[in-house]
Amino acid sequence: MTAKISYDDVEVGTELPAQSFPVTRATLVRYAGASGDFNPIHWNEKFAKEVGLPDVIAHGMFTMAEAARVITDWTGDPAAVAEYGVRFTKPVVVPNDDQGAVIEVSGKVAAKLDDDARTVRVDLTATSAGQKVLGMSRAVVRLA
Amino acid sequence: MALDQSFVGRTYPPTAPYEVGREKIREFAEAIGDANPVYTDTEAAKALGHPDVIAPPTFVFAITFQAAGQVVEDPQLGLDYSRVVHGDQKFTYTRPVRAGDRLTVTSTIETIKSLAGNDILDVRGEVYDEAGEHVVTAVTKLVARAADEEA
Repeated sequence: MTAKISYDDVEVGTELPAQSFPVTRATLVRYAGASGDFNPIHWNEKFAKEVGLPDVIAHGMFTMAEAARVITDWTGDPAAVAEYGVRFTKPVVVPNDDQGAVIEVSGKVAAKLDDDARTVRVDLTATSAGQKVLGMSRAVVRLA
Repeated sequence: MALDQSFVGRTYPPTAPYEVGREKIREFAEAIGDANPVYTDTEAAKALGHPDVIAPPTFVFAITFQAAGQVVEDPQLGLDYSRVVHGDQKFTYTRPVRAGDRLTVTSTIETIKSLAGNDILDVRGEVYDEAGEHVVTAVTKLVARAADEEA
C-alpha cells in the first residue's frame, strides 16, 4: 500500500479535492450490468413510479462507489481505504434526458486517529439536486 | 410483522467460491467511470505493491449481497423482500480484493430491530480468500418498510 498523501502533511480540516459525477440512464444500465443489480427501479420508469418513487433512481451502491473516488483519487492507492461506510438517506433521481443527474462529493479530514498506524478519518458529503444523498459517510484512511 | 429475534446470531453456510476476474474488475471500474490504472494495469498495481490488479472498494458488494440472499430468502425468517430498501453499508478491509481471488462469504444476522413498524436487519458478510485469510467484512443494513406505510 503506497498512498501518495503523507499523514504528516494533513491536519483536521484538510479538504480533499471535490468532484462532480454525472449520472444518466445509460450510466445506470451499465452499472446494473457490471454489478449484477438489475432491480427495475434503476432503469424502468414505469416500475419506479408504481412503487412510489418520483422517477428512476441511481443504485445506492453506485453513489457509494462514486463518493469513494474522492478518497481513492486523493490517495492514489485505493488500498489506503481501511474502512468505509455510508447511510443512504435520499435517492439520486435520474430523469430520462440528456443531462441526467449530478452527484457532488466533497470530503475533509475529520480526525487524525493513530500516529503509528497513520490513519485519519475522512468525512464525505454527497449531494444531488441540492439534497444530501449520503449520511454518515465516513472512511478510515491509511496514509503514507 | 416483527421478525423473530431468535434469528440474531444465525450464521449461514459459506458460499461457493467466487473467482474474481480481471475483466470483471475492468468492467466495474469502467461502469463507475474510474480510470485509476491500479484496476486495469497489472504493472501499475505492482508499482503500488499489489500482486495483481485490485478491485474498487465497493466491488465486493456484488458478492456479499448475493450471499445475503440466503438470509433475505430464508423462508423461516420471512422477510418481505418487496419492501426492503438498503439502509446502510459498511466495509472493513484487511486487504483489497484482487484478480484471481477465490472468495467465499459467510453471512450472519447481526441484529434485528423493529422501529416504527419497520424491520431493520444487519447482515454481516465475512469474506475469506482460498487460504482462509480474511479479506473484508461487509455489513449491510436492510430496512423492510412497514406494510401500512404505503399510501
